[in-house]
This record gives sequence, C-alpha cells and structure tokens, in this order.
Amino acid sequence: MPAHALFRDEDLRFDVDVDPLIDALRQVLPEEGLIVHEAGLRAYECDGLAPYKQLPRLVVVPETIEQVQTVLRLCHEAGVPVVTRGSGTSLSGGSLPHPQGVLLAMGKFNRIREIDHHRRIARVEPGVRNLAITEAAAPYGLYYAPDPSSQIACSIGGNVGENAGGVHCLKYGLTVHNVLAVKVITMEGELTTIGSESLDSPGLDLLALMHGSEGMLGVIVEVTVKLLPNPLTKQVLMASFADVESGGHAVAGLIARGIIPGGLEMMDGAAIQAAEDFVQAGYDTDAAAILICELDGSEAEVADQLKAVDECLRDHGATRIQVAADDEEKARFWAGRKAAFPAVGRISPDYYCMDGTIPRKQLAYVLRRISEISAAEALETVNVFHAGDGNLHPLILFDGNQPGQLEAAERVGSAILQLCVEVGGTVTGEHGVGVEKINEMCVQFAGAEIEQFHGIKAAFDEKGLLNPGKAIPTLNRCAEFGRLHVHNGELPHPELERL
Amino acid sequence: MTGTDQSEALRERVADAAEQGEALSITGSGSKHFYGNPVQGSALDIRAHRGIISYEPTELVLTARAGTPIVEIEEALTAEGQRLAFEPPQFNGGGTLGGVVAAGLAGPRRPYGGAVRDMVLGLRLINGRGELMRFGGEVMKNVAGYDVARLNTGALGTLGVITEVSLKVLPAPAARVTLEVEADPTQCHDLSEQWLRNGRPLSGMIHDGERLYARFEGTTSAVDDAVAAIDGKALEPAAADAFWQSIRDQRHAFFAGDEEPLWRISLPPASDPTVYGERFLIDWSGQQLWLRGHPEPHNLRARAAAEGGSATLFRGRIDGVDAFPPLDAVQARLHRNIKKAFDPHGILNPGRLYPDAEVS
Ligand SMILES: Cc1cc2nc3c(=O)[nH]c(=O)nc-3n(C[C@H](O)[C@H](O)[C@H](O)COP(=O)(O)OP(=O)(O)OC[C@H]3O[C@@H](n4cnc5c(N)ncnc54)[C@H](O)[C@@H]3O)c2cc1C
Ligand SMILES: Cc1cc2nc3c(=O)[nH]c(=O)nc-3n(C[C@H](O)[C@H](O)[C@H](O)COP(=O)(O)OP(=O)(O)OC[C@H]3O[C@@H](n4cnc5c(N)ncnc54)[C@H](O)[C@@H]3O)c2cc1C
Repeated sequence: MPAHALFRDEDLRFDVDVDPLIDALRQVLPEEGLIVHEAGLRAYECDGLAPYKQLPRLVVVPETIEQVQTVLRLCHEAGVPVVTRGSGTSLSGGSLPHPQGVLLAMGKFNRIREIDHHRRIARVEPGVRNLAITEAAAPYGLYYAPDPSSQIACSIGGNVGENAGGVHCLKYGLTVHNVLAVKVITMEGELTTIGSESLDSPGLDLLALMHGSEGMLGVIVEVTVKLLPNPLTKQVLMASFADVESGGHAVAGLIARGIIPGGLEMMDGAAIQAAEDFVQAGYDTDAAAILICELDGSEAEVADQLKAVDECLRDHGATRIQVAADDEEKARFWAGRKAAFPAVGRISPDYYCMDGTIPRKQLAYVLRRISEISAAEALETVNVFHAGDGNLHPLILFDGNQPGQLEAAERVGSAILQLCVEVGGTVTGEHGVGVEKINEMCVQFAGAEIEQFHGIKAAFDEKGLLNPGKAIPTLNRCAEFGRLHVHNGELPHPELERL
Repeated sequence: MTGTDQSEALRERVADAAEQGEALSITGSGSKHFYGNPVQGSALDIRAHRGIISYEPTELVLTARAGTPIVEIEEALTAEGQRLAFEPPQFNGGGTLGGVVAAGLAGPRRPYGGAVRDMVLGLRLINGRGELMRFGGEVMKNVAGYDVARLNTGALGTLGVITEVSLKVLPAPAARVTLEVEADPTQCHDLSEQWLRNGRPLSGMIHDGERLYARFEGTTSAVDDAVAAIDGKALEPAAADAFWQSIRDQRHAFFAGDEEPLWRISLPPASDPTVYGERFLIDWSGQQLWLRGHPEPHNLRARAAAEGGSATLFRGRIDGVDAFPPLDAVQARLHRNIKKAFDPHGILNPGRLYPDAEVS
C-alpha cells in the first residue's frame, strides 16, 4: 500500500447505512447485478494502479440505461457515493472504489449499437473496448483513431473519462478530438445528450468538459465517435542516436520541416534493451535512444515525406536508419514500443509509470534530472516517450517486497511530476490525476483555480457524490501537502525559461 | 516579444464591477456585435492588452494576449511557414485572438483541419469574481483538472474575460489548389468521402448553388495527383485565395446585406442541405449550411434538430427569436450552474449566450 492514506477525512463524510439502499436496488437489478459479499467485491478492489486497493461497500452491474438512472437516483437520495468503472485499467486510481460507496461497473454495456460507414460514425455503449470499435469498422476500411496501448482492454467510456491518447494522437488527436457526442446520466438520474452528430452544438462546450473528467460529473451511457478511413499506405522507420539530446533535436527538426508524422515515439537505452529482450524487434541495442516514426497518407505524400524525414534524421546525427521493408517489419518495429511496459515488467519485480508532459525542448534537461532524482533514491528509471507531443512515461523500477521501495518510488514519481510543472509542463498528459497525482495538483494550480474546479464539480454534482476524493484536491489537502503557496510564477528555479 | 500587459488593470476593473454588480460587455474589436444576443453593460475593451508572448515554431505552440489582432498572429506564423488550422474569420484585420476564441467560429478548413477548441491548449481567464487564473498550458497533452480552456472556447465571454491564449499551430502545406467541379449540391458528402478515402488532401468544400469548389492542400505530389485524378477546372492561385478569404470573412456576395436574416445551420454528414430554403451556400462538405431569407424560425429549428443538427440566427435580429437554439432542461440547468460558478454576480456579458431568464 502507498505511504499516504488513500482518502482523507473530508472524503469519508458519507457514513450512511446502506442496507435500505441495497433493498431498494434489489428491486431494480437482476440477481447477479448486485454484489455485496467480500469475495465478489475483491474483483473490483483496484484498477491499473495496483498498489492502491480499496473495497467498495457494494458493486452494482446494471444492464440498461433505466437501471443506471434508478441506481443514481437512489444513491443521490441516500447520499451514497458512486464510482464508475469501465475496464479498470486507469493508471491513476481513477476507478479505485470508495469505501463508503457503490462501485458502478459498466461492463455489461458492451454493445456496438451502430457502425454507419457511409457517414463514418460509430455509436457504442460505454463498456465497449477501444479496439473493438476499430475491429467493427475494419470491414468498411475505417478505424477509430485514438489507440492507447491498453486498447485491447480499456473501454471507450473510460477513454472519455481520462481523455485517453495513443501513439497516433500527434496527428489524429486525443479522445476529445474524436468523440462527437455522449449520453450522460447526472447524479440525480436525469439523461441528456451532450454534443451531436454535427460538428458543433449550441451552448457551452460541455462535451470537452466531460473529457478527462474522471467520472466526477456524470455517468456516460453511450458514446458517438467519428471514424477515419484507413490510410492508403504507411511507412515505418526507426532511427538510432548516440544520445537522447540528438533524438530530441531530430524531432524538432522534423516539425520545423513541416512534417507531422502519424506516430513519433522515442525510447531510451534501457527501454530499448528491455523491449529487445522481450520481443526481438530488431532494435539497435547500441543506441542511447531510438525514434520510431510512422508516416501515413497517399503513396505520393508518404514518398515525399519519407525522403524529407530520412534527410532530416541524417542531418541530426542519426547513427543508423532502418526503413521497414514490409508489413511484417512495420509491425515488428511497433511491437517493441507497444510492449514496453510488460517488457519492463520482466526486468523489475515492480514498476511505477509516470505521465508528465513537457515542452519538448526541455527533454534533455528533464531526462538528466530524472536520472539524478532516481539515483538519489537508489532506483532506476526507464523512459518511453510520446516524442511528438512531449508526453513522458518514465517507468520507475522497484521491488515492492523490499521495505521502503514503494515509498521511494512514490517520492521519485512525485519529484518527477513537480519537475514537469517546473519546466512549463503538466503532471498528467493522458493517465489522469485520480488519487495518484492529487497532491501534485496543488503544485500545478493555485487556490483560486482549484476552487473554480470545485465550482464546476458542484454545478454537476452538488452533493459531491461522484468519485469523491479524486482528481481535484481540497484546499485542506493542499495546505497539508504544503505547496499551496507555490504556484505560477513562484516556482522553484525561477531562472528556468518557461513558455 | 511585443505589446503590453494590462491583465492586472483588467482584473481590477472586473473586481470593481463585481463589487458594484455592474454588468460588463467584453469587446475585442467589436466585429461580431451582430452575433449572439445583445448585451447591456459597460464596455470592457481588451484591445490594449496585446502582443505575442512566445512563439516557438518547433514546439507548435504560440501564446499571445487576448487583444492581439488575429492578423498579427497570422503574420508571425506565415513567416515561419506555419498557420492556424481552423482558418479563423478576419475582418479588415480587426478581429482579436480573444474574440476568435470566445466566439469559437472557424472557417472553411474546420472539418478537415479542426475546430478552434481543438487547437486551444490553455488560457488565462478573469472570472466574474475578478480572479485571474490559468488553465491548461502550453503542452499538447494535458488532463490535469477539468478542461476549462475548451469550456471557455465559444462561451462568448459569459464565463470570464480571456486574457491570454496558447494555441497549437501547424505547418502550412507545401502546395494548394482549388478546383471548380460540376456537381449537384446534394453530392457534397459523397464527393468529399470519395476524395478523402482516396487520400486526397481535401481542405475546403463549398457549393454556392451553382458550382462546387474544392480545395486541396498537402505535399506537392499529393496535390498534383489530386488535380490529375479529379475532373475539374483549376482556379488561378490568386483568384482561389481571394475566393476562400471571401467565404472565411463573409465578404462573398452571398453574405451581403446586414438586415436580412442570415441563418447558420450545423448538419450531420450526408444530410440533404437543399431542403431548408432557396438561397443557400453550402460549406464544410455539407455540414455547415448558410441560409438567407425569412424561413419560419421554429420550423427551421425543429427540422434541423430532427436531423441531429441546429440552427443559429447568425445575423439580422428577429423579435422574439433567440440567436441560439434552446437547450434541454438538464443542460439549461447545467449552464445556469456553470455560469454561477464562474460569474456569481452575473456581470460578464449577461444574456449574450442565453437570455437572462435562462442563465443568471
Ligand atoms: C498497460 C497499460 C497501458 C496504457 N496505455 C495507455 C495509453 O497509451 N494512453 C492512455 O491514455 N492511457 C493508457 N493507459 C491508461 C488507461 O488504459 C486509460 O486511462 C483508459 O482510458 C482507461 O479506460 P478504462 O475503461 O479502463 O477506465 P477505468 O479505469 O475503468 O476508468 C477510468 C476513469 O474513467 C471513469 N469512467 C469509466 N467509465 C465511465 C463512464 N461510463 N462514465 C463516466 N466515467 C467513467 C472512471 O470513473 C475513472 O475515473 C494504459 C493502461 C495500462 C494498464
Ligand atoms: C460586419 C462583420 C461581419 C463579420 N462576419 C463574420 C461572420 O459572419 N462570421 C464570422 O465568423 N466572423 C465574422 N466576422 C469576423 C470577426 O471579426 C472575427 O471572428 C473576429 O475575430 C472576432 O473578434 P473580435 O475581436 O472582433 O470579437 P468581438 O466582436 O469583440 O467579440 C466576439 C465575442 O467574444 C467576446 N469577447 C471578445 N474578446 C473577449 C475576451 N478577451 N474574453 C472573453 N470574451 C471576449 C465578446 O464579448 C463577444 O461576445 C465579421 C466581422 C464584421 C465586422
């Protein structure tokens, strides 16, 4: 378990007798839709951030929109918290249960309602897996663009909840850029459709607000996404560099030449070695960094770009460039990157994945500081990196069975996140705040901003019943974390240039 | 870089107004006063708060004060071979960055290049309590806290005075061409799909009732290939640029005349845009329909809504008709609550987005 308590006193103000609620829920849910025994609850005790564990009071598995409405209405009346869960792959504890509340599992909402290939729109239930949308669209030559590495497991509802990204989001955008509409149920149990099949809708952009809201504003029961035509052709190349800094410069060089690749990923030496040992992707294990670059489009476009990219990478000191000869090799180049997390899992008993985003020009400095920070705790860090958009995933290696190592890993993680803020970045690019980064929110935001967030939350959920204790820290928490006074413009290292 | 920072003065002005309960009408260049519902309030002019704060082409990010003229931003980008993907409307160089973001309106490239909100990475904002705050940031991916930056995009200044915006910018393509194509107005969607699925770099499609104009922007060979493959007549480059600017800035003859109502209808893909009236201009491959004349407002709105679209009275006020279509009861309540959370005294552009009765 982590060093600090998962929930604070103010998050645990919902001390309600849930027996009447359970009786009422039995009336509306199918037999297997209500789980109250510990053995059954265990299956839901954590999400992808496995060291954080918490049993809910009960688990509810609804099958219809009406059932969700009733569950929420009853919980609202009784004052019982509700944590919505999609596939439970969140890496920030977003779907970690609340000890006094209901865990609302959306797994039964797993139907694809419509693939409208003519209009390139898919309408799906929130529990549908990300990859299942692309699989259903594939016969029509279409796909759903955001592709988190967890795409075989994570749900589209959870993708909206976290505003998930993938390796193709530099060119094709995050979840928020690819969702047209969501059907949402409010904590009071009311249903509304936010967004539409058109390119804009009247009123405030509540659709954007739902993205990355971590289940704090409503429960999503349907998602309408846009589909893209498969690119006519793709090319993947891989470049080796003698140091990370040159790799970073090469990325800036590509962009300066007007090239936005479909995917642009970087791995450091340790990550290359781990991936190569795991999947034998043919990675250059002598390199200090590799860049994997995917170009897509028409034959003509890709040919133009390939030439320009090759030139640019050479200009920036690439020591070796490999262009995939066929589809099999393209898949192999990607396989190492996509398996980076499990590959690291093989070389270390445990690892802890961070998710800061930085201005790309700070890359070399940030990586140097990360290795210093880790060394100070006698831990090692392996880096994979969405190079195109500055999103870092340092993987901190530790052994949870060694006393003190988890706590050390958490200290390293926290210091890395604060470093990201310090250089003008953010504590989370795509994994969300959840419970994991809630203290570091106090570093990124000032008191007025945090209060404004609470105001938005209250506009949707006055009683604060949806996912309490997540995403937005209370000012008490910040005061305790001791960072409230540190905000924009008053950060440590004022000599650093910030954008 | 250039310009002056007036944010503290603006903040004090809003804080005073909050104390007095004095309504403020936020103005950039005032180019869009015709759009949205009218506002009563003391003018809060933000034009003096201007200047590009930072621009690093290789980071694809530009940050500027809200009063910066949009032309100044476009000039800086052009000098580096970059541009704003959403092709914001400009009017005689007067429009400001704050006005563009607050209005949330994009030009012809929107369906293919992205909306204003898609490119807003972060902003600084003065809320109705006179607090200056920063949301989002200057990086491409950021999920820390709710997405207040996008929430304020298109909010018409009803939630806060935007003082600074960070935008994602993109490289301008190497080549472009506009083809005039013989086609029926009902073919927009199908042609657009056919081209996109064949990898043609479509970046604009207009049908003026007579002819279809398609713009392609991309690498030189991709544009050449499009010209070779598509049956159409290429416009002279200067004439083509003038054409798209006239659409973007609404100086095309279709838009002439401020008195006659101008409706903007947002439609799902593959709708029939010809059923709404006689005098129309189709943009966005059929997903944005401009309509002149005097259609019965309630029928028009009902018809658009039934299709999954919406109709806005863009210009030319009509008694008893709001600029924007009504919201359902749940979202009307959420709008009221959100407005209160940002502007508890109801002093910022009251009624601009929705009448006071609904929001305040
Ligand atoms: C190996 C691995 C690789 C990963 N790679 C990536 C990656 O490349 N990119 C990336 O962005 N993420 C990645 N993730 C993180 C995770 O997969 C994403 O955050 C994903 O979007 C979570 O989806 P989920 O269905 O598992 O959601 P959950 O974990 O169940 O929930 C996530 C959040 O969304 C809320 N939520 C879920 N469903 C709903 C709903 N129906 N209505 C309202 N709120 C809801 C929850 O309350 C919670 O706050 C990875 C995770 C793992 C384990
Ligand atoms: C006659 C005319 C016709 C035009 N036609 C069109 C048209 O049909 N379609 C089109 O898209 N564009 C049109 N334009 C272009 C318009 O100039 C631009 O979109 C412009 O950039 C808007 O910026 P502005 O500074 O003029 O905004 P303003 O008109 O000053 O403001 C637009 C809205 O944003 C709010 N606002 C402004 N600045 C801020 C801020 N800093 N913070 C918060 N809220 C703010 C205002 O209160 C107002 O609600 C037209 C302009 C004119 C003069």
